[in-house]
Amino acid sequence: MKTILFIEDEAVLQKTLSEVLRQENYKVINALDGESGLNLAKLEKPDLILLDLILPKMNGFDVLENLKVSPETKNIPVIVMTNLENIENVEKAIEAGATTYLCKAQYSPTEILEKINKILD
Amino acid sequence: MDPRKPSGQFNILGNCKKYGLSTWQCPQFLFLVMGFIIITSEFAFYFLGSYYIKDPRIVILAISGLTGILFIIAFTITKGFENLAESNRMKSEFIGVVSHQLRAPLSNMSWTIDLIMSGRLGKIEASQLEYFKILKENNGRMKDLVSNLLIVSRLQSANLILKNKVFSFEELFNDIAKSFGPYIKASNIEVETNIEKDLPRIFASPDQIKMVVENLLDNAVRYTQSKGKIAIIIKKNGDNVYFSIKDNGVGVPQGDQKYLFQKFFRSENAMKRQTQGSGLGLYIAKSIIEKSKGKMGFSSQENVGTTFWFTLPTKNQ
Repeated sequence: MKTILFIEDEAVLQKTLSEVLRQENYKVINALDGESGLNLAKLEKPDLILLDLILPKMNGFDVLENLKVSPETKNIPVIVMTNLENIENVEKAIEAGATTYLCKAQYSPTEILEKINKILD
Repeated sequence: MDPRKPSGQFNILGNCKKYGLSTWQCPQFLFLVMGFIIITSEFAFYFLGSYYIKDPRIVILAISGLTGILFIIAFTITKGFENLAESNRMKSEFIGVVSHQLRAPLSNMSWTIDLIMSGRLGKIEASQLEYFKILKENNGRMKDLVSNLLIVSRLQSANLILKNKVFSFEELFNDIAKSFGPYIKASNIEVETNIEKDLPRIFASPDQIKMVVENLLDNAVRYTQSKGKIAIIIKKNGDNVYFSIKDNGVGVPQGDQKYLFQKFFRSENAMKRQTQGSGLGLYIAKSIIEKSKGKMGFSSQENVGTTFWFTLPTKNQ
């Protein structure tokens, strides 16, 4: 069973996407802020990380930067999911090592599941 | 730099950028120009006055008084402009912040509706599904409106950055046409497409141009009666690629035509046919085309049809 870490401060989004992912046989770990998300990434070494950008305690860009400098987490694919869809943020996240970037408002949980399957296959 | 601080007033280019205005519309720059004109004209008056009035003290006194009054008037006028520009900037910022804040609850609603409709939480009865579809559709409308408001806010604050690159407009159009296929078929509309062979590639932002073409195609389908016809032409035109889309729909009344590219404007007969719509699509489309160094226009006749066209450069100009 593959493990997905979902770092997101919106509890409703966590609940809905986690439900879909669990039904597809993924183990889902949730973190509500950047700092605990980073700690969980180092501890659990998930197969994939879903990362929001606007987060309490530590923002998504800092989490991404930390993930990519640590040898134990640098190879974990990261999908940045946010509602900040301006081009500077997309570029910044990709440059920082994100696998892909998507706008939450424009994707359904099922479409996100498809993206995850594609990356993990 | 804060323009309310004295030092901030001197950062003319910074302030113009902040207000999203060109230099010649910028209050601080206009004040500088007016100051220059006043000083020049005062010198001219001094020399003329000295020639006609014998006592130079009277000339100096009159000119000093006049200079002071003119500077106060100029300052008051430019300050008024500055206040207007600042309130416009704050309005754009407000729209941007509110739209962004609305996205989070809208995403929550959308993901929840999707999860329920997927049947993963249990079987949904057909009668319930019908109402969830209504919720989903309305949520989609709100999300579209918020997205458009965010684009408008970025356009007005000059923060919409276009990621231009060379790409095939023909390929982009074919992808869009393919995704619109079922919608066009369901609307019972015939589409005739005429694409010139060996079309050069264009230099623009594919994502933004996609948005423009989708908007024009959507409008053409939306405002054309069943069994209507849409004709699309894509051809080379000098150093540009030309795109036009002609429908035989409701058309735009003559009196409404000059407002068509204004934001939030919706033509009266368009509202009769389609109550939905924010009136932002064409404003955004024209702004994007012009930002991409292209041109956009239309011709229309009420109850006969409308043709929208735009051009885009084939290279970085």
